[in-house]
Amino acid sequence: MAALIEDVLAEAERSGPGGLRSIHVEKPLELQFDLGNLTALDSNPLKPGSFRQDPEEFLRSLARDNTQLLVNAIWQLPSERQNEAIVAKLPQPTTRIPREKALPKTRPPTRWEEFAKLKGIQKKKKSNLAWDKEKKEWRRRWGYKRANDETKDWVIEVPETADPNEDQFAKRVTAKKERVAKNELSRLRNIARAQKSKVPGVGLAPTDQPSKVDLSKAIHVAKAATASVGKFQDKLPKEKEQRNAGKKRKFEPLIGDFSAERQKQLELLKIMSNKKPKLDLTRAVNRQLREDEQEEAAKRRKMHPKGRQGGKGHNQNRRKGQGRKPTTKQRGNRK
Amino acid sequence: KPKTKRAKRFLEKRDAKVIENTKNALLIKGGNTSETVTRALRDIYSLKKPNVVLYKKKNITRPFEDQTSMEFFSKKSDSSLFIFGSHNKKRPHNLIMGRMFDYHVLDMIELGIEKFNGLRDFKNSKSAEGSKPMLIFAGDLFELDNDHKRLKNLLIDFFRGPTVPNVRLGGLEIVLHFAAFGGKIFMRSYKVLLKKSGCRTPRIELEEMGPSFNFVLRRTHLASDDLYKKSLKQPKALKAKKKKNISQDVFGTTYGRIHMEKQDLGKLQTRKMKGLKRRKGEIKVVSDEAESSPKKAKEQ
Repeated sequence: MAALIEDVLAEAERSGPGGLRSIHVEKPLELQFDLGNLTALDSNPLKPGSFRQDPEEFLRSLARDNTQLLVNAIWQLPSERQNEAIVAKLPQPTTRIPREKALPKTRPPTRWEEFAKLKGIQKKKKSNLAWDKEKKEWRRRWGYKRANDETKDWVIEVPETADPNEDQFAKRVTAKKERVAKNELSRLRNIARAQKSKVPGVGLAPTDQPSKVDLSKAIHVAKAATASVGKFQDKLPKEKEQRNAGKKRKFEPLIGDFSAERQKQLELLKIMSNKKPKLDLTRAVNRQLREDEQEEAAKRRKMHPKGRQGGKGHNQNRRKGQGRKPTTKQRGNRK
Repeated sequence: KPKTKRAKRFLEKRDAKVIENTKNALLIKGGNTSETVTRALRDIYSLKKPNVVLYKKKNITRPFEDQTSMEFFSKKSDSSLFIFGSHNKKRPHNLIMGRMFDYHVLDMIELGIEKFNGLRDFKNSKSAEGSKPMLIFAGDLFELDNDHKRLKNLLIDFFRGPTVPNVRLGGLEIVLHFAAFGGKIFMRSYKVLLKKSGCRTPRIELEEMGPSFNFVLRRTHLASDDLYKKSLKQPKALKAKKKKNISQDVFGTTYGRIHMEKQDLGKLQTRKMKGLKRRKGEIKVVSDEAESSPKKAKEQ
């Protein structure tokens, strides 16, 4: 029995292709594989003698041996079945190949993105279409001919608290315009923050399409950037000379009125040694007025809870530019 | 600046990305080309389809002297690999194989074709278009000589095709074999036949099908070391991040480590007793007897 088995095995070994020896290849040096790229490197030196005898045959047998080794290595990889085909999972490529383009610059997160990360707010994916109840059809959520467009309502109920002569349609349109402007402002602020671009003190912020005024100002600034501060620069035939480009502040000359200087210095010392703080009447009065206004607004808000809230909060932002103090500071003073 | 969505998508495709697109190749002819060169370029075009562009007209430039026109072409067709074929008396049947980094020339290697057998010369069926080839480099020169090392890297870059996580075991159809010997490089392409062997791994039989070249290495223009290093840099996002302070024991239970700051256990706040809250103006009464009595008790 054992002798029979031995005979069978010996015969199987002796047979050529199809036998157990067929996938085995002997090489003095092992090949180096990069299976992620399906690549193999055979560092064994090529025998010049056998090469010169019959180059094509030599190359073919060499290729066959190397391919066999590479295929053996690939077949060793973990495999799975995917859609009726056996698929091998390739590892990461080991050969370092240069990139095509430079590294992308990571965009810094916007103010909203930072807030969302802090609070753990996840982005919810919304579908492109929304159901319009009146038209009874699917329309895009935003953009041209959108669903539930507020500005396209043909009848608006006048709320009780509103002035009967007020144009509600115009109010909606202006509210939308304000929202759009606010969004644009935040977008530009995010971009400026991302680029950390500083507004230049003298000259102009860089813009895509500078106007005539911007260009002439830029020319003037560039002219002054010479060793003689632009005094001996040639002028173009139609170039206008700038008139009020000088300093806006005026300082006292260094050596002038001695008594006036003495007075100033003594006053300064007196102020510094004062124990009580100075009372600025105008500031105090403004502050008091502001407080009174705030109290009245709070009272009005309590009387009409729903009507005024949105408008009041929105208008406060706009008043900032008119020289009044911001509301946050006031709230700190009140108890 | 894009004005339509389509233009925006076009520009975004060509942008720098964390995971890049498959590299495109550009095949271009010089002022004078021989039949060998044109046939060679056509064969390489069919090997590399679909990530390849073949320019049909002749362009009178010399890449080794002036690289701006190559960079312009590469930018227009968004290809970072190129082969420039030309023929003159001094350099007959010349192919300049090169690659770009950020649309500037990184490496250029000049190869002369000494013998060429095209796809048409081998009368058998060819492999499918777009299949990922296996690449084999034979000869110790590919490991020892710097020029050959760079050439090997360039050839892998050129022929490898898209980077895929899985490969169908039956779909390994083509193998490109490069043998370096005495300044010459022999490239042969074979179609792979998987025959039955006694075990799971098949026995390989090769059938020569594709273009076969006998190259001779001529001039090289390799990138400086720092530029090459810069091009190899990978973005940090691709690096796998190790999770610290998490360990697993033998049974598979996950353990985490928390590092606490030093706490003064005397000052720990346990429960709030509103009555004991110190208010302004209260004088804390400390009786010496009460304090010292426990000590006295101990002494006794």
